[in-house]
Amino acid sequence: MMSFATGFRHGVHPPEEKGLTSHVPIRRMPYPDELVLPLRQHAGKPAKVCVKAGDRVERGDVLGEADGFMSVPIHASAAGTVVDVGWWPHPDGSMAESVRIKVDRFAPQVARPRMVPHWEGLTTQQVVKAVQDAGVVGLGGAAFPTHVKLAPPKDHHVHTLIINGAECEPYLTSDHRTMVEYPGRVHFGIRVMMRAMGVLKCVIGVEKNKPDAIEALRRTVPDDLDVAILPLTVKYPQGAEKMLIHAVTGVEVPSGKLPVTVGVVVQNVGSVSAIAEVFETGLPLIERIVTVSGHGLRRPANLIVPVGTKLRDLLAYCDGVTAEAAEVIIGGPMMGQALANLDAPVIKGTTGVVVLEKGETREAAVYPCIHCGRCLDACPVFLNPSLLGDFARTQQYEQMVDLHLSDCMLCGSCAYVCPANIPLSQLFQASKLALRRAQPAVA
Amino acid sequence: MSTEKLIVTASPHIRSQDSVPRIMWHVVASLVPVVLAAAWFFGVSALLQIATAVIAAVLTERLTGKGGAIADGSATITGLLLGLTLPAGFPLWMTALGTAFAIIFGKQVWGGLGQNVFNPALVGRAFLQAAFPVAITTWPSPGGGFFALHGDLFAIPLTHPLPNAVTSATPLGLLKFEGKGTAISNLVIGSTGGSLGETAALVILAGGVYLAWRGYLNWRVPVSILATVMALSSIIHFIDATKPGALFMIFSGGLMLGAVYMATDMVTSPITNLGKLVFGVGIGILVVVIRVWGGLPEGVMYAILFMNALTPFINRATQPRVFGTRLVSVT
Repeated sequence: MMSFATGFRHGVHPPEEKGLTSHVPIRRMPYPDELVLPLRQHAGKPAKVCVKAGDRVERGDVLGEADGFMSVPIHASAAGTVVDVGWWPHPDGSMAESVRIKVDRFAPQVARPRMVPHWEGLTTQQVVKAVQDAGVVGLGGAAFPTHVKLAPPKDHHVHTLIINGAECEPYLTSDHRTMVEYPGRVHFGIRVMMRAMGVLKCVIGVEKNKPDAIEALRRTVPDDLDVAILPLTVKYPQGAEKMLIHAVTGVEVPSGKLPVTVGVVVQNVGSVSAIAEVFETGLPLIERIVTVSGHGLRRPANLIVPVGTKLRDLLAYCDGVTAEAAEVIIGGPMMGQALANLDAPVIKGTTGVVVLEKGETREAAVYPCIHCGRCLDACPVFLNPSLLGDFARTQQYEQMVDLHLSDCMLCGSCAYVCPANIPLSQLFQASKLALRRAQPAVA
Repeated sequence: MSTEKLIVTASPHIRSQDSVPRIMWHVVASLVPVVLAAAWFFGVSALLQIATAVIAAVLTERLTGKGGAIADGSATITGLLLGLTLPAGFPLWMTALGTAFAIIFGKQVWGGLGQNVFNPALVGRAFLQAAFPVAITTWPSPGGGFFALHGDLFAIPLTHPLPNAVTSATPLGLLKFEGKGTAISNLVIGSTGGSLGETAALVILAGGVYLAWRGYLNWRVPVSILATVMALSSIIHFIDATKPGALFMIFSGGLMLGAVYMATDMVTSPITNLGKLVFGVGIGILVVVIRVWGGLPEGVMYAILFMNALTPFINRATQPRVFGTRLVSVT
């Protein structure tokens, strides 16, 4: 039996492009004139708005309350006045109900004292409640409410907490810089999570191309915690949950099952750091670290950005885009969302903003599939994207179900390597959507 | 900043540098030394033969395919490969007819690039073999000066006068019908009778190694074919010494060209890595069976076409195991 101790089979090697920002220290971006805070920034139900136009809000005040357990509140990331509650461009490309705040330029921007309690002495339920109240979600992109992961189903025993520091998307370095500059905060967040979940073992997986991060984390591991740092093969999508679990434990999460079925919970580096920060500062999640990068940007940077900052203001702060800029992407170039409307804001799940130049995009002729098989060698979950693509184009969705379409995580590896430039990920996303519409609410 | 110019595409937003035309034109480039070797042995006749096939292929593609399809290079490959399977003195009008047949019935009627089941060049070759069995087995000897025009290149269309050139049997034909062997060294160098591209085995092999190194050819197909042929023929040669040995088998006839350039056609070979091995082993077995026990001296073409037909079934039987579907349940 082969050992996959530090990696997985298949996958792709897109140019890393991390050198643009991997050595740029994290800096704080000044407040823009206006903030836009969508009520839908997380997986689950959107928050329920509880302010109205004209209201004065302080930094950290609740703008929208959590709507049930699978939801988190939204907070004001700066003191100011609510201009409007209405529809506004969302970074996912749609329109979303959002609270618009005119930032008070003369306010000191200090929050009300201690909005999040100290964590010592809190019971598990109280920690879960505090994390939910602070609006913490997974900062790796999916924005899954963190407190839900802190309270796994009772019928599963969680033995290992895995921290995802792979950051395998090209360009992105926000997790990298977090590990290098705030390793203590990462460990503090891990401590809170381990205590709350009653987990005794933690493994941080970091791709080998971040030796400074591995070194910083190793140097700062607390003596009383069982935390191991595991260097991982540099390969996309090493940071995909199932790939990471396989690399760390050697176990495959069964098709269609959650990681808890194999006794692990995965949390992103940025998310544990956010948990730590919330308990350290007593402030809810109102800002995050964003990598702003790409050859189409004049001054790439890693920035602490107030949630709700418009992309236009963010790019302007980085001295704007070059004349050759062609595409703005929210997130990384493999799974991110392209956007033409720069009025959309940075939200909690925004890992980065990447500006591609002409010639870097995939605008090119599409050819018929020549069955070269590269997509099969790229797919990290061993699907047959070529065949799935044929079925998608002829809308034979039931056939796709039999071919395990549900195991496709839309990582884009197949479309990346396809010499025919067939938009396989897009076809699969559309197919998933069509299937979901065809069978409403089965579970 | 002007946002009007921003484009919006679906993820992933970047792609690898390889494209279908790039792969195809690399295959074409790797065939140039093979063409030059053919010209070295058979002179200007070889160039006329190959040029006719390529021009006929591209013209047919232009007339029957979608606009711009020529640029993908696949028609050029079909023309080159078909030309390389013909004898130097083959009447050019037959070459043109066979190539047009290859493009139309080998590719376009199936739906164009990517849709065909059989290798187009071999479909054309099979057609010519059936239609003009005498002309296609009239093998001029190599040599005779660069500008010597072999055979009946310029035969008037629809006519085929009796062969008048100096001819020689192929090594496989010699062995099968006259019981004569050929020195392995001559086979490796290529100074024997045969089709244009059959003779320069080493040049073909070098082209294959280059393509495999660049990732434009899957090594599993040629390696499994050649290994199977060598293993099987070694066993047979050990039992019956009058049968050809391993080296003779892989360096004679069209095996090298077929293994490296025809069986590896991505469109008509299995898509899975395991399937490619099955495919190669199948071709190897068929080649040995036809050559040793069949009525024909050569069997590469039929072996590949037969396995082409089995490709959909091989694909179905060799799908990879999806991640997380191990039979042992994990609790």
